[in-house]
Amino acid sequence: MNLDEEKLVSNELSKKEKKLAASQKKKMKKYAIRDESTMGKLELYLYRLEKKRKIKKRKRVSRSKLGDLSLFTVLLLFGLFSAYPLLFTIFAAFKPLDEIFLFPPRLFVENPTLNNFYDLANLMEQSWVPFSRYFFNTIFITLAGTIGHVFIASMAAYPLAKHNFPGKKLIFGLVVYSLMFAPQVTATPNYIIFSVIGLLDSPLAIIVPAFAFSLGLYLMKQFMEQIPMELIESAKIDGANEFKIYWTVVMPLVKPAWLTLIILLFQRLWTTDGGTYIYSEQLKPLSYSLHQIIAQGVARAGTSSAVLLIMMVVPITVFILSQSQIIETMAHSGMK
Amino acid sequence: MASKFKMTKQEKVELKAKIAEKKHEWAEEDRQSDLEAKRALEELKEQLGPSMQTLNALIEDASSDPTNVSKKNALIEFRKGHEKLLQKIRIEKDRLSLTRKLERWSKRGSRLRRELFIKRQYYYLVAPYTLLFIVFTVLPVLMSLLISFSYFNLLEFPRFVGWENYMRLFVDDKVFTIAIRNTLILAVVTGPLSYIAAFVFAWLINEIGNKWLRSFMTLIFYAPSISGNVYLVWRLIFSSDIYGYANAFLIRYGFIFEPITWLADPTYIIWIIMIVQLWLSLGVSFLAFIAGLQSVDRTLYESAAVDGIKNRWQELWFITLPQMKPQLLFGAVIQITSSLAVAEVATQIAGFPSIQYAGHTIVTHLVDYGALRLEMGYASAIATILFLLMIGANLLIRRVLRRVGS
Repeated sequence: MNLDEEKLVSNELSKKEKKLAASQKKKMKKYAIRDESTMGKLELYLYRLEKKRKIKKRKRVSRSKLGDLSLFTVLLLFGLFSAYPLLFTIFAAFKPLDEIFLFPPRLFVENPTLNNFYDLANLMEQSWVPFSRYFFNTIFITLAGTIGHVFIASMAAYPLAKHNFPGKKLIFGLVVYSLMFAPQVTATPNYIIFSVIGLLDSPLAIIVPAFAFSLGLYLMKQFMEQIPMELIESAKIDGANEFKIYWTVVMPLVKPAWLTLIILLFQRLWTTDGGTYIYSEQLKPLSYSLHQIIAQGVARAGTSSAVLLIMMVVPITVFILSQSQIIETMAHSGMK
Repeated sequence: MASKFKMTKQEKVELKAKIAEKKHEWAEEDRQSDLEAKRALEELKEQLGPSMQTLNALIEDASSDPTNVSKKNALIEFRKGHEKLLQKIRIEKDRLSLTRKLERWSKRGSRLRRELFIKRQYYYLVAPYTLLFIVFTVLPVLMSLLISFSYFNLLEFPRFVGWENYMRLFVDDKVFTIAIRNTLILAVVTGPLSYIAAFVFAWLINEIGNKWLRSFMTLIFYAPSISGNVYLVWRLIFSSDIYGYANAFLIRYGFIFEPITWLADPTYIIWIIMIVQLWLSLGVSFLAFIAGLQSVDRTLYESAAVDGIKNRWQELWFITLPQMKPQLLFGAVIQITSSLAVAEVATQIAGFPSIQYAGHTIVTHLVDYGALRLEMGYASAIATILFLLMIGANLLIRRVLRRVGS
């Protein structure tokens, strides 16, 4: 009986109809349109976000050709000003020594070599503290600092963005005020605090304060405000506690904001030279030893540009990979 | 009205006594219930037989022996009772736990206490960040305010000296005057310029139609601010010999005949710092502007075109700028703060201390006293002045920007 019915259903579709259905399916796939009725709440929300992103911008109105041209010339000119030192660094890293000291100096490299990198490798072997140690220190500080910061800041941002509780305005107000002064203001008392807690001369002196980076919390909180309250409420009805809601509902939704926090803090920590907080040679980060190589002047001109290139490539790559997500976060950065 | 609630002294004393009595009563109640729970817990524990693991093992033993079914059933029956007992113990333990104590406390007070208790999970989430923030940001600001009124060299206990540090700063310290002048020049030039540049370039980039070109240009303008120490390249560009790019360029095209010692001449140093600072300054605010421009509602432009807006300038002035006010405010905060804190660029480009203090800013002065001379009191006075300067400038500009368009 059952079998017959199934046969009936399969027979009902003629070849033509099958073709139509297939083409429709293809179209749906092409425009990434999916059936909204079968989706769960979270899925639907994500799907609509994605759809919003995909909607193409309509053609601009009120534009003159001449205006376009002149404005883009300006943009190009300043773009060159902005890019020139970067290009210079990139090319210099591949220049042999005789080309670096060429008069008149040239931007482009004629006989690219990897000698500068070999020299750097040699220098690494000779230095008093193994050079890889500087690399390790920088990578450790950057990774530990960024991961901890993203975790702690987003944990605090969630209740600040989505719930009301006594003291919320005070905490967020203080964070906004702290955006208004540079961290140098607190450097002196921080030194005293570190020495009291016993963080001096340890990578923790850089890592732990980085957790409380206020710009990160600010951006994260602003971004979280757009999460619909229903998602949180429905998770609460299912019996999740606040930490679980934060971890399973909120965190997956704010991925663009993580990336933004990562790039902002990453870049800060990547270039830190330990300052006055770290004074043991074996704990110093890469940026410090870079300054020393550059301070040796002419003799190390090639090597120092190789190090500069290495220092520059990492944050820029991170940015390229996460650009669109960062811009999405920044759209919510506004202050009232 | 107010007189109605006024109490005589005697009444006040009576009320206080009543409150004290009530508190005493509560304390007694708590002690009683705690004692009760403890006693119950001990009783239950005495009843508790062998542990769960041994019971399970026994049951397994029994079940492996198929001839002795009744023994196994009896053991399972016993285990059920055991589980109930364990449940009771859990309840009693919960009665003794800190959360219950807090709940009791929250019920006997104002509404605020109750709210604090009900929303305690939010505080757990906020606590780690807030703690770190207080220790490394709020506390230092307060400390530097306090220390600035003392003589403190890290070895002896701080000695209170009143306004002496501030007097010394403004009356005796000639270098500080130079530092303030340099900082203000740098801030007044690079602050507004970088702010405007960030907006203008963001706007121009947003005018580009091609998506890939747009993100490429964004990268080009944003890259300097994230590429770390690459600004050291400027030292090569402005190097004092003929191999420096600036010198080579100028000599080749006949502007000058011998190399200029760019980084050793006080007249040039501050301008070079400005150029480098401007090059570096398209940072977070630039990204915020780009994002803000992208999120302006496109239908607004279309309806405006119908309403008679003719060109892009009118569009910018009447629609885009008012729509972007929140981002503009945010960008201003970031830009002002960074332009007043120029230090690392100055020390790396011009040296520390720079020639005739031409590249000396408030922050380098602060580093000089705080990290090298270890005159913490004096350094704190500098830090306090810098703090007030930054907050003041920010609040002022915010007030001005808020008025725009209203």
